[in-house]
Amino acid sequence: MAETSFDVIIIGGGPGGYVTAIRGAQLGLKVCVVEKQYLGGICLNWGCIPTKALLRSAEIYHGMKNAEDYGLTAKGVGFDIKKVIARSRGVSGQLSQGVGYLLKKNNVTVVDGEAKLAGPGRVDVNKDGKALPLLTAKHVIIATGARPRALPGLGADGKVVWSYFEALDPDIMPKKLLVIGSGAIGIEFASFYGTLGADVTVVEILPQILPAEDTEIATIARKQLEGQGMTILTGAKVDGLKKTKSKVTATIQGADGKKADITVDRVISAVGVQGNIEGIGLETTKAKTDRDCIVIDEFSRTAEPGLYAIGDVAGPPMLAHKAEHEGVICIEKIAGHAPHPINKNQIPGCTYCHPQIASVGLTEAKAKEQGFKLKVGRFPFLANGKAIALGEADGMIKTIFDADTGQLLGAHLVGAEVTELIQGFVVAMGLETTEEELMHTIFPHPTLSEMMHESVLDAYGRAIHI
Amino acid sequence: MPIQILMPALSPTMTEGTLAKWVKAEGDTVASGDILAEIETDKATMEIEAIDEGLLGKILVAEGTEGVPVNQLIGLILEDGEDASALEGASALVAAPAAPPAAAAPALAAPAPAKTGNRIIASPLARRLATAKGVDLATVTGSGPKGRIVKRDVEFSAPGASAPKAEAPSPPPALGAPLSPMPDFEAVPHSSMRKTIARRLTESVRDIPHFNVSVDVQLGSLLDTRKRLNARDGAEQKISVNDFVIKAIALALARVPACNVSYTDEATLFHQRADISIAVSIDGGLITPIVKDAGNKSLAVIAREAKALAERARAGELQPDEYEGGTFTVSNMGMMGVRSFNSIINPPQGAILSVGAGEPRPVVTDGALSMATVMTLTLAVDHRCIDGVTAAEFIGELKSILEEPLQFML
Repeated sequence: MAETSFDVIIIGGGPGGYVTAIRGAQLGLKVCVVEKQYLGGICLNWGCIPTKALLRSAEIYHGMKNAEDYGLTAKGVGFDIKKVIARSRGVSGQLSQGVGYLLKKNNVTVVDGEAKLAGPGRVDVNKDGKALPLLTAKHVIIATGARPRALPGLGADGKVVWSYFEALDPDIMPKKLLVIGSGAIGIEFASFYGTLGADVTVVEILPQILPAEDTEIATIARKQLEGQGMTILTGAKVDGLKKTKSKVTATIQGADGKKADITVDRVISAVGVQGNIEGIGLETTKAKTDRDCIVIDEFSRTAEPGLYAIGDVAGPPMLAHKAEHEGVICIEKIAGHAPHPINKNQIPGCTYCHPQIASVGLTEAKAKEQGFKLKVGRFPFLANGKAIALGEADGMIKTIFDADTGQLLGAHLVGAEVTELIQGFVVAMGLETTEEELMHTIFPHPTLSEMMHESVLDAYGRAIHI
Repeated sequence: MPIQILMPALSPTMTEGTLAKWVKAEGDTVASGDILAEIETDKATMEIEAIDEGLLGKILVAEGTEGVPVNQLIGLILEDGEDASALEGASALVAAPAAPPAAAAPALAAPAPAKTGNRIIASPLARRLATAKGVDLATVTGSGPKGRIVKRDVEFSAPGASAPKAEAPSPPPALGAPLSPMPDFEAVPHSSMRKTIARRLTESVRDIPHFNVSVDVQLGSLLDTRKRLNARDGAEQKISVNDFVIKAIALALARVPACNVSYTDEATLFHQRADISIAVSIDGGLITPIVKDAGNKSLAVIAREAKALAERARAGELQPDEYEGGTFTVSNMGMMGVRSFNSIINPPQGAILSVGAGEPRPVVTDGALSMATVMTLTLAVDHRCIDGVTAAEFIGELKSILEEPLQFML
């Protein structure tokens, strides 16, 4: 008879759930994870990781097509979409297995099935319609994640209108593609299919693409994407879709109010995600919800004693690294430690299109809105030796300081490898450094990171290389 | 040219102090002899008097600022006929933190280094905000990892600051909030003296291997002697039991010089004379004024000095050289009815004596039970520089002198 009584049961084995489970095990708690489908969740199987594998293929393909720029010869350059996808699936499979191994190594019990809350500290589990033994625990953490949001009439059908599931495992390589929504997911798929040669149109209802990003950065990204041949329509919306077996005709209302039809092979619906709050028995508890997410306090506690929620289901920003951190704080608190609550202003965000975009903290507009007097620094890739040597001279690093205190309020990056650079600024913000410590920090030469230093110097009128 | 007010040195060894309070405000007229400001060092508060006349034109160091270096410009007095425009040039001269002129290259606007062993852990942003708002970081409770002081802690500490926008539903912690729930309390920020007491005594208990020896002393002869001395004609100053104890300690130290020592990392310092520090309770803490060279002073002189020192200590008027540098400390709680107690050594001194109350107790003399007035003395010594035999010898001599006051004549 398998164990059914635990200190903590975690519902969902995504990045939030499995990391929380391992941390709990480290703290000496007896932990169980109930996962209905894939260990590693969306992130590892249908999100962060497989898209990075696809984008890597696109990046190398792009490099090969432009080999002459580097004095190289590459003839007969092409791709096999099936093999590109197969590699991406392989990467996910390998990592999902790895999660299983990690949980086993930490003596976390994994139950394969669908969980449902059944009263305080009680969780029913079903597998293929059959009930498994009831699980009990002092603490239950909901980590059920999120799923694609569907707008009326524009929802994915799994055939010609895709969500990220189909976009990651496509039946064909579309020649013409329409992407609805220009957040990180939409732009990454637009960039991937565009680089492989699809004629891509992106429709965004707001005035700028990547609406969460700093306007200046989004504008630079837009110019580069358009330069690669992408059509971007902002302030626009899709009025309706007419589908045939293999084509979709979309009616798009432009920023000027005029309507036009375009016909494409496939549509990707990327208008956001919503929390998975249904079907888990939440209605039998005192926990409250708000806009499809569970309401929690700074230690992830819901209004129901002993019930917690972390990650996407507990509200934005819906990012894997936020879920992991939130989960660790939650279970450390459960274990009687005194963790510090998450500072949502210091959660970085990354988009892996070409060019990459990375940011942390306040945008310039938000900082102004909050009444700060600002010092803003900018440094272009064009003036950085390593960027030129890489052949990646497009991009910018922007830093925003509070003029009164020297506090780093935000950092916004666009260009090659910036997703690997942003962490320097995240550490700086976390440690509450001022411009002075950043100026006194030695950045290695020649690296892209030198631009971080120069951007800080520029905010105070001291940039050297420009 | 305005007259400069500089941070004074209250003792030869003073390097920095706290500007506790400005008595005069900008714009006040100042006459020679007026009190301008109060300066706080580890142990005392001192006043700065005006030497010149004029108008207090500008305050350059806000009150409450800690660690102000000696000779830093702290304010400017305008002379007759000067107006505020004269301040501009003068202030500009000191716009940069006034570092003492040194031959070496000046440091880049580095703040005064925190005292070693007492470093305040705070984020750079917290430090900058504290400086801007005049918040003393030593009074701030850190909420960051391992008690690190972060921005929000300083924001809470600043007068009139509002709580930050709630990011979480729970209320933010208040100043001095404990980690676990407690009944209502009032958080009183530490004074300089409280911080010094906390730091020095913690170091003492942590670093010094203390041990104790104690003896009972029969006071019959001493009380009789004291009564006769105090009853003599023309006695201006009553001599207390404590005065006898001070003198007796000095005499015993002369007989056992190995007990009149201070310990440093490099050497044991054998003192040539006995300067006896007396623990005096004052408002907000305690201080140890010194009866210097007590072995060569008469009982009457000791009595007079001890009384004056205690009075001036309670009035906060002691000069640093009156409480820094004793060789042996005595703490007496006998007047409060305490039978016996242990004291913590006042480093770098090697020993401290705790004096209990004289009280009637049964004693056995030559196999016969009788009653006597008895006082318990407890000596705490630093085993790094004083061994058990030395401690026993010293306290034995002390007992002998106190029980046979004729020895004061020797």
